[in-house]
This record gives sequence, structure tokens and C-alpha cells, in this order.
Amino acid sequence: MNREIAVVAFAQTDHRRTSEELSEVEMLMPVLHEVLDRTGLKTSDIDFTCSGSSDYLAGRAFSFTLALDGVGAWPPISESHVEMDGAWALYEAWVKLRTGDADTALVYSYGKSSPGSVRDVLTRQLDPYYLAPLWPDSVALAALQAQALIDAGRTDEPALAAVGARSRTAAASNSHAQLRGSAPQGDYLVRPLRTGDCPPIGDGAAAVVLAAGERARELCARPAWIRGIDHRIEAHGIGVRDLTDSPSTRLAAERAGVFERPVDTAELHAPFSSQEVILREVLRLDDDVDVNPSGGALAANPVMAAGLIRLGEAAARIHRGESDRALAHATSGPCLQQNLVAVLEGDPR
Amino acid sequence: MSKEPVAVVGVGQTKHVAARRDVSIAGLVREAAQRALEDAELTWADIEAVVIGKAPDFFEGVMMPELYLADALGAVGKPMMRVHTAGSVGGSTALVAASLVAARVHGTVLTLAFEKQSESNAMWGLSLPIPFQQPLLAGAGGFFAPHVRAYMRRSGAPDTVGSLVAYKNRRNALKNPYAHLHEHDITLEKVQASPMLWDPIRYSETCPSSDGAVAMVLTDRAGAARAPRSAAWMHGGAMRSEPTLFAGKDSVSPRAGRDCAADVYRQAGITDPRREIDAVEMYVPFSWYEPMWLENLGFAAEGEGWKLTESGVTELDGDLPVDMSGGVLSTNPIGASGMIRFAEAALQVRGQAGEHQVEGARRVLGHAYGGGSQFFSMWLVGAEPPSS
Repeated sequence: MNREIAVVAFAQTDHRRTSEELSEVEMLMPVLHEVLDRTGLKTSDIDFTCSGSSDYLAGRAFSFTLALDGVGAWPPISESHVEMDGAWALYEAWVKLRTGDADTALVYSYGKSSPGSVRDVLTRQLDPYYLAPLWPDSVALAALQAQALIDAGRTDEPALAAVGARSRTAAASNSHAQLRGSAPQGDYLVRPLRTGDCPPIGDGAAAVVLAAGERARELCARPAWIRGIDHRIEAHGIGVRDLTDSPSTRLAAERAGVFERPVDTAELHAPFSSQEVILREVLRLDDDVDVNPSGGALAANPVMAAGLIRLGEAAARIHRGESDRALAHATSGPCLQQNLVAVLEGDPR
Repeated sequence: MSKEPVAVVGVGQTKHVAARRDVSIAGLVREAAQRALEDAELTWADIEAVVIGKAPDFFEGVMMPELYLADALGAVGKPMMRVHTAGSVGGSTALVAASLVAARVHGTVLTLAFEKQSESNAMWGLSLPIPFQQPLLAGAGGFFAPHVRAYMRRSGAPDTVGSLVAYKNRRNALKNPYAHLHEHDITLEKVQASPMLWDPIRYSETCPSSDGAVAMVLTDRAGAARAPRSAAWMHGGAMRSEPTLFAGKDSVSPRAGRDCAADVYRQAGITDPRREIDAVEMYVPFSWYEPMWLENLGFAAEGEGWKLTESGVTELDGDLPVDMSGGVLSTNPIGASGMIRFAEAALQVRGQAGEHQVEGARRVLGHAYGGGSQFFSMWLVGAEPPSS
């Protein structure tokens, strides 16, 4: 059953360093209303709902259950949740639509990094017996990867700085971005990474609506058809991986059909400038591809939503007629351990 | 073009115990997965994707453990997903894996759920302080006891029914080598004499805290044809959610549970569950939930569920056996408990349940719920492939 499935609407919050006056539900509700308003759908019209989030960010078990209350889950809804970035919630919803059991799906995700120290929190997702007790934080691990890339002669610090500068300049036209306009290269955070190479820490949420076949055409003037989507995971231990490569991204891209025809846009979930260098090579993106026109994760990186936002930003460009064939990428785990790649296309104009 | 039929061709469990100090989390999950592969006579290379589930990460103190478990589960280079829908997660995880096969995204998928509760403390994992919200009353029993009281008042059930369920399930567990509690000297009097914890729930009417994992190999029609042992075929599966607390909620018989069962029965062509379903692996963490769910799932009219229990219908040799494996009351690695129900249902229709096999079980329901009776997931499996 190869039903055509499309992203028909996308909404996101303004991403901010802190949203301490808002609960997750309060942060999420306007986004859910906005994405439904764009399609004219009500919660009761949605066949399947799926969300992505992490208890460790919220600091409590079952944190997603209250967010679900914000959807308006009565009468009872067909619903699921992944303890992952919302990009994987979108994947689960895509599979559900492919079975034919649903024609529409609401996908959302959210993350608040402000209540704690996200660098410390993310150490808890490492191997609990060997790695986590050492508390290597997410920036330190990314710095190892960046240094490996420099040592291999594949980039240098000025080139990394250019990635950061380009992202933040692009974000000037994105009213949702947390860091906008030119940003200095900054001081070293963990060598060789400077603050300009690293993502801002912030809170945010995002939501998309998926629809199948004719339903998508009814709900959106120019649906962003998901031509292919795939995700792959690599070994966890960074000592057993070539940190300058991303074979899981390459495999996911092949399976998603990225290399069949050139893309014009790529939204890459690269929280660190060095990771964009790796992803560009693996995905064979030429300089004429518009990479992260939204500013990418270097301009706003709400953990657990940043991957879904890449899919949403790519789809929104197709909705607006700014792209005909876009690539979207999401990542999870230390040093690009797990990667999802999707190809989105608009109908020919 | 219709959906691809989904078959269970491999099931593996660990021996569930209070603490598996001899293995890491990775060692625990690999043990279950390896047994499922052996049952299916497949190798890691035959698995195209892995779908894993468990309850909150605070139960072990590892954030998103699927990242670290990728190597142990042979997932490197493959898609791996992590489902989390509270106590119903084991069931939901199996349903997500089944969707991958049904949608023909993959041909053969490994699905697994686990909890290694000895790594941390589940009660306090659930009791992290949240400003301006009621805590979970230090454990789930405190939350569920008032709903049991409401059921007793509504149905007029005598207060002996809960202990009958516990006595039955603990005896069933003696026939299941993987069950956690093996109380060889169990008697009804001992259950009734056990201390009152959350009135009316006694100590022996509650579930244990277990370390354990369960895995299943799901495959398509072609995969089932190659399987060495008979397959369990999925005839229906559904998830439903509703809020934990709101004015219109019926905590005794939540609508989400009723709707979920109705969806499964519709898919499976079941019109009279009491007659057409042979046995049920039901999520019963506190004994009184057996009569309550018998009504919620449509096996008895409202207020009548306890009569099935009292008359012995739900015994292993009864007309509608419930929790043949000993159930959650005997084995509770929380995140795995739902998938154990699904897997035990599959074992029954495959004729692979050993000493707790129900003779001639052709259609069996696996049931899971979670949160404050908020999340439901169920599947119905049969010995024959679905007709449509």
C-alpha cells in the first residue's frame, strides 16, 4: 500500500532562552491551535496523534501525559508517543497513514531546556556503566568530533566560523529563531568549538499535520509530499565510530531516495557547525543547495523539537512555493549517532 | 491494496526476578531478543528494524536508553525506534512494530520491551515533586484503590473477589517458568490474611517489582511461511488515550478502554467477545482490575464481571481463562508488562504456552493499560491468518 502522504501544515513557537512562566502545555497549546487552524481541522477530525518529548528534560516521569491533555483528548483519541525527537513521531505517524488505518495525523513535540543544565542532562543518555559516570557533556563530545574533522584536514576553524555566521545571518528572516542576525565567532566553549559553533540553549515546541492522498490536496494548496523517509542508528560508543563520517545518514538518504535527483533545499539538524560539514559531504550537497535557510539548529535548538522543525521548515518552503524538492534531516544521540532523512516534494508548477 | 498480514513467529522472555544483578541492561534485553530469534530460527541479520519500549527513563536513570542499547540489539545500521506510552507501552510498542510490517515498510521486525527496576527505585521515579500538582500518592496502589471501592459500590461485588483473582493468578504463575513470583505454598487463606495496604487492596493482591524483558519477531506472510513453528496472526490492534483527570471520566470503566476494545473487535470481526474469544491476557496489576476490565472489555455486562471471576470462568480450566501466565500480579517489569500480555496471547494461539496452555485456544486477546487508566493498547491474535 503506497499511499501518497504529505505535510500539509506546520507551526512552531518563538524559541527563547527561557519560558519559565509557561508550563509545557501552555507552551504547546498555541502551536496546536495554529497548526489545526491552518488546515481548518479540529482535534476530533484527526485520525491519529503522535508526539515526541523526553522526561529527563521535564525532570519528571510521564511528562507527556499532561501535554496530551492540551490536545483535548476527549472523546478518546488514537494516540502514541515516542521518547525521541518529534521527527520520529512524524515517522510513526507516516507509517500509520501508510497502513491505511488513518488519513490524517497530528504530530507535535516540545522541549524545555531552561529548567536545568541541558549539557549535564544529556550526559544521562550515555552508556550508564562506562560513559555516563564520567559526565562527558554534549559540547565536549561534539568538540571531539570537530577536532577529528580538523585533524583529518576536512575543515578548519575559520570554515566552521563561516557555517555559524551563515546560519545566523539566514535566521535574520526567521521570526521564530532564538539567535538572529550576525553573531561573533565567540570565545572557546570547548576547544576547538567556540560559542558561535554551538547551538543556543532554549525552549520551544512545534507541530505538523500529515494527510494522505486527496485529503492532503483538500487541506493544503501545495502539499509537501513525503517521497521517502528513513532513519538509521549507529553504535553508541564513540570510540568505535569514525566521527568524521555519518554512515547512518548516508544509508537513510539512500533509502529515502535523496540521490535520485538533486534537491534545492536542505534543512539539516546540525546543532554544531562541524556536524554540518559532515552532513553536507555525506548528503552530497552542492553549494547551489540552499542549506538551512531557517538558520537551522545553530539559531534555535529546542531539544526534542529541533528535528521536527527541520521537517516542518522544509515543508513550509514547499507550501510557499520556495522549493520543489527539499531534504530534511534530524539527529539524535551523541555525535550524530542516529539520523533520519526525508525527501519532500511539491506538485510540479 | 489491503494491509500486509502480520505474524508473530518468535517470542522470548527472560526469567523475571526482583533483581538481575548478573547482567547489565544491555545483557538483559539481549537475552530476551536472542530467545525470540531462536524461537523464529532467525539471525540478527534477518531483522530489518527494532522497535523498543519501556516505561519512564527515571526507572533506571538512563535517558533514552535505546541509544546505548543499539549495539546489544543488533540495530547498528538499522532503523530503531523508542515508544513510550506509560504502562501501556509494551502493547503500544508491539503495535508500532506491527504497523511497520502491515504498511510493508519492513518484512521482519524485532520488538522488545524491558524494565530493570533494580537499577533504581520505581516508586520514587514516579514521585518526583511537581509544583501545584498532586503527587501519585507514593505508589500506584493509592491512586487505584478508590476506583476499586467505586467498583465494589457500583457492582455490589462481595469483598472476597479480589483475593480469588490473586489466588488464581499466583497458582497460574507456578505453571509459567518465566514468572517472577513462584509461591509454592500459596492458599486462599494466605492471600486473605495478608496485610491491608491501600484498603481494599491487600499485599498479596498487588504486583511485584521485576527485572525482565520480552521480545517478539513480527513478520509478513512470506516470513510466516518460512517460520519453523506455527505463527500467531494479528487480527486487530488499537490504541486509545484519554485524560487522567476530568469531570466526565469514568475511572471504573474508562471510555478509552471500551473504545479501544471495540476497535479491535471490529477489525477482527468479533461481535460477541464472550463467545468468540478463547482466553485473555489482561493487564491486572491489582487483583480487582480483573472483574473491572472484564466489563470494560465487553466480556460481561456492567456490574457482572465479578460473577465470572467468582464462578471460576476465568480459571485456567474455565470457560474464559484470564491471565494464564500469572499476569502482572505475578510478574511486573513495568515497561515490559504490556508486551508480555501480547506475547503470552501469541504463545497461546501458537500452542507454545507449555503448562499454562489453554487447550484449543484459537483467538486470544492481549490487553495493556497505563497512566491513571488513561492509555490503552490491545491486540487480538489468532491461530489462523486473517481472512481479509
